[in-house]
Amino acid sequence: MPRIEVDANKCKACYLCVNACPKKCLGKSKTISKKGYFPAEQERPEDCIGCKMCYLVCPDVAITVIK
Amino acid sequence: MTILAQRPKSLLDVPMHYCPGCGHGIVHRLMAETFDELDIAQRIIGVAPVGCAVFADSYFACDMVQGAHGRGPAIATGIKRSKPGAIVFSYQGDGDLASIGMAEIVHAAVRSENITVIFINNAIYGMTGGQMAPTTLVGQVATTAPKGRDPKLQGWPINMCEMLAQITGSKYLARVAVDSAQNVMKAKQAIKKAFENQVNGVGFSMVEVISQCPTNWGATPMQALEFVRTKMIPQYPLGVFKDEGAK
Repeated sequence: MPRIEVDANKCKACYLCVNACPKKCLGKSKTISKKGYFPAEQERPEDCIGCKMCYLVCPDVAITVIK
Repeated sequence: MTILAQRPKSLLDVPMHYCPGCGHGIVHRLMAETFDELDIAQRIIGVAPVGCAVFADSYFACDMVQGAHGRGPAIATGIKRSKPGAIVFSYQGDGDLASIGMAEIVHAAVRSENITVIFINNAIYGMTGGQMAPTTLVGQVATTAPKGRDPKLQGWPINMCEMLAQITGSKYLARVAVDSAQNVMKAKQAIKKAFENQVNGVGFSMVEVISQCPTNWGATPMQALEFVRTKMIPQYPLGVFKDEGAK
């Protein structure tokens, strides 16, 4: 089952990954990070197909794609 | 459990200072992946510019120097000539490369120095606060062009790839964008090719990356991507302008 992990200390909440996900399984976290952002998170891991598009567009290289 | 994609080894595990949605981080990752794939991280000497990427030395796990404004290609020339075994790159923005550094980039191409130049074009001066750059689009608002760039007053934007393609010494010139996953993959191919050329001794290689600057464009990260697609790419068409390494 593919899934992603977002490093909350690196994410700056630009949400380009949320925009890029073809399955729309990413969303905004409800908890605030140390840096004061609401980082991106995977809302529906069951929909993830491991296409790595979120990883490709992430400007802060905060995403790890795991299978 | 297998890892499909993770931060490349040549990119240090530290948060970057770039604004949310900025294209610099994507280009840094593509370059770090190239260093890992070509196994050249131990041979790299990079030249950081004056501009937003001035702290690039904090992010790459390789040797770096930081040059005076626009002088990246001249510094890279000196390093490459004194240490021919090193893989030397100059990372520059549009205010750095296309205005004050115009002479250095043109003459590095004329001499066909065997270096790789990564040119980030976001049509504005980023670090200093959104002033008009030589690459600013006609009608685009900047802090020094509050009514938009007027060609009668400030001239037209400059297309560096097309200009350098006229020079015999330039060997690889490509323009790519980082606005979508598809374009990021194409950008990776171009950056990898530019470093492979240097490893193979082909000569001067430059990749121009059309990058987004949401902060100084006064846009959200999503609007900035739209600006790249609807305004920047029509002025700066993507593609490979010269590829003499393949012959």
